[in-house]
Amino acid sequence: MTLPKSKSTPESAIEKKPIPWHIVFFLGPALLIYLTFSVYPLLDTLVLSLYDEQKGQSSFVGLQNFITLISDDNWSSAFWNALANNFQFFIIHMLVQNPIGLLLAVLLSSPKLRFSGSYRTFIFMPTMLSVVIIGFVWQLLLSPIWGISENFLYHLGLDHYFDAWLGKESSALITLSFISVWQFVGIPMMLIYATLLNIPDDIVDASVVDGANPMQTFWYIKLPLILPTIAMVSILTFVANFNAFELIYAVKGALAGPNFSTDLMGTFFYRTFFGFQLQEGSATMGAAVATLMFLIILVGIMLFLFFVQRRIQRFQF
Amino acid sequence: MLKARPVTLLKQSAISLTLVAATITSVQASGSLSIESWRSDDANIWSDVILPAFNQSHPDIKVHFAPTPPAEYNSALQAKLQAGTAGDLITCRPFDTSLSLYQNGHLENLAGLDGLNEFSDVSKSAWVTDDGKEQFCLPLASVIHGFIYNKAIFKELNLKVPATQDEFYKVLDTIKSESRYIPLSMGTADQWEAATMGFQNVGPNFWKGEDGRKALITGEGKLTDKAYLETWQELAKWKDYLGRGYQAQKYSDSQNLFTLERAAIYPAGSWDIQTFNDQAEFEFGAFPPPVPKAGDACYISDHTDIGIGINANSDNKEAAKALLSWMASAEFANLFANAVPGFFPLSNHKVTINDPVAQEFVSWRDQCNSTIRNSYQILSRGTPNLENALWNVSAQVLNGTMSPEAAAKKAQDGLQAWYAPQQ
Repeated sequence: MTLPKSKSTPESAIEKKPIPWHIVFFLGPALLIYLTFSVYPLLDTLVLSLYDEQKGQSSFVGLQNFITLISDDNWSSAFWNALANNFQFFIIHMLVQNPIGLLLAVLLSSPKLRFSGSYRTFIFMPTMLSVVIIGFVWQLLLSPIWGISENFLYHLGLDHYFDAWLGKESSALITLSFISVWQFVGIPMMLIYATLLNIPDDIVDASVVDGANPMQTFWYIKLPLILPTIAMVSILTFVANFNAFELIYAVKGALAGPNFSTDLMGTFFYRTFFGFQLQEGSATMGAAVATLMFLIILVGIMLFLFFVQRRIQRFQF
Repeated sequence: MLKARPVTLLKQSAISLTLVAATITSVQASGSLSIESWRSDDANIWSDVILPAFNQSHPDIKVHFAPTPPAEYNSALQAKLQAGTAGDLITCRPFDTSLSLYQNGHLENLAGLDGLNEFSDVSKSAWVTDDGKEQFCLPLASVIHGFIYNKAIFKELNLKVPATQDEFYKVLDTIKSESRYIPLSMGTADQWEAATMGFQNVGPNFWKGEDGRKALITGEGKLTDKAYLETWQELAKWKDYLGRGYQAQKYSDSQNLFTLERAAIYPAGSWDIQTFNDQAEFEFGAFPPPVPKAGDACYISDHTDIGIGINANSDNKEAAKALLSWMASAEFANLFANAVPGFFPLSNHKVTINDPVAQEFVSWRDQCNSTIRNSYQILSRGTPNLENALWNVSAQVLNGTMSPEAAAKKAQDGLQAWYAPQQ
């Protein structure tokens, strides 16, 4: 492609360029909304976390909130517990949700599959439902009192494995992770599916002509081409998991029971910021928790960018 | 889950929550009031019974009852008050939650309000400052704990209402071995039932009501004392009589198990009467928490649960005061007690309650000593607060994941960490 020839003569090039009002006009509104509703609250949260509020009087306390959060037993045990749970939640998503998403995408993109449009819609459907509905439906399905799970397992001869999964400390978080995986598996599937459709047929044809079997075509041709998408899916999973809140709140409430075994950073933040039952909320301490969440996500993404993203090769067709 | 959302949304959601709440509750026309409450179950009663009665004597004051779900009430109210969008009248949780609202300048001092003298000091105690001088909410109602049972099942199995703990466990054993009914309908998924309908329900018999409660506040009593240990041991015994998978059973599940006649006994708060009146198609009765030995004095939890105060930033304080004074009247006490059976008015007026089960509950006031929940006054001021700690350990004792001794120790350690008289 050749660049269009500049129309300007040497004289006019020396002249001052007029202010590009049209750029201001087009970017302005979006920028204003972004600054007001995203950047300002973020900065304000960071600032708020450095203050303490007692009886309506706020005072600057530096990093005291963070020190309390990490060193005071009352706070730190809850904080580390929430963080550890959050990593478990994330790892389950990475190990279950994304591989299944990939598998589904590969199956869907197979030209031999009939009704692929219907499958795509059905698998994506839960993602579009409200988390509250998902939480309610799964609670009913898994309920030892009204649920159908036990009967279902009975017909498979597995009923003695049935338990009150959502109520046991050992299984509640894993169960909730699987519910979340079930709901959101459509997103990695869609993203990877779209990338797979973009792979030019001639590359795949060439590999077949060269004698590659379908597995080899997948491993040596398709997978390298969708790696950037998988990397992006991982980042999205990371950010979303460390901001996760709704499902836990909908199913287990803000106390994230039993015994805080399903507590994530989001629910921990909620209890700290808004308070719970007789525990009073603290905006400043809540802001400190929110700031730590922000930092954890920031560091996670930066590590990812430095060590993974830079090494991924991109291909242009 | 995969949903890209920046962390800043957390702060934003606080703001938008407030905005949404504000649009729901704001009624700005003059002479109109809106009431913040967590009693969403009572919305119809307020709009159909109580407020029309009020409007007969005060036709020019329009009142709008705007409830928030109970679990979100405290936090939503806090956010609304801070943003200046809360309603004119605030339904008050007892003790420290409301005290801190008052101290932060969100509630009006009620000094000189007509009708305040209709209440005893005990019922007012939940909403005064520690020195007893400033009253910031008008007492509205108390709730009583006990057990509600299915009369038909008791008749079918030839059971007698238990008065002592031995009899109680005999009844539970009979139900368990001789029928397919679940003896006790309670779950631990929501945690609060374990503390409220379990620990605070049967506990006063062990810690001798007010004596034990006050000893905790002065520091003479400890949560590791025998009385509290016995209460948790009692709860630990319950787990054999709960339904299958009770660890995942929620409050509404427990209610449904009882109203569907699948469970025989329901550890109750008197507020459940309303739900059961609507849903149960059989006759049910109530009995107070069984005493340890025959002849022991009985103690019940008669908890001052609801008060009502005025938003300090309200534009309509005069109208709000008129409504509050009316709420101190005999007319209101009668209306309220019968419209919302299970919530017992706290004023000194003689009230006739028509609902038989509510009558049964309120009759215990004459036979037994009343006390309130021991974690509400002063003891939940610090971090970790006692009420939330009791939820956690009581649920764990019922789940069998914590021994009664460990529960007592954890609760005491938490209290000791910040409460000087206990140190």
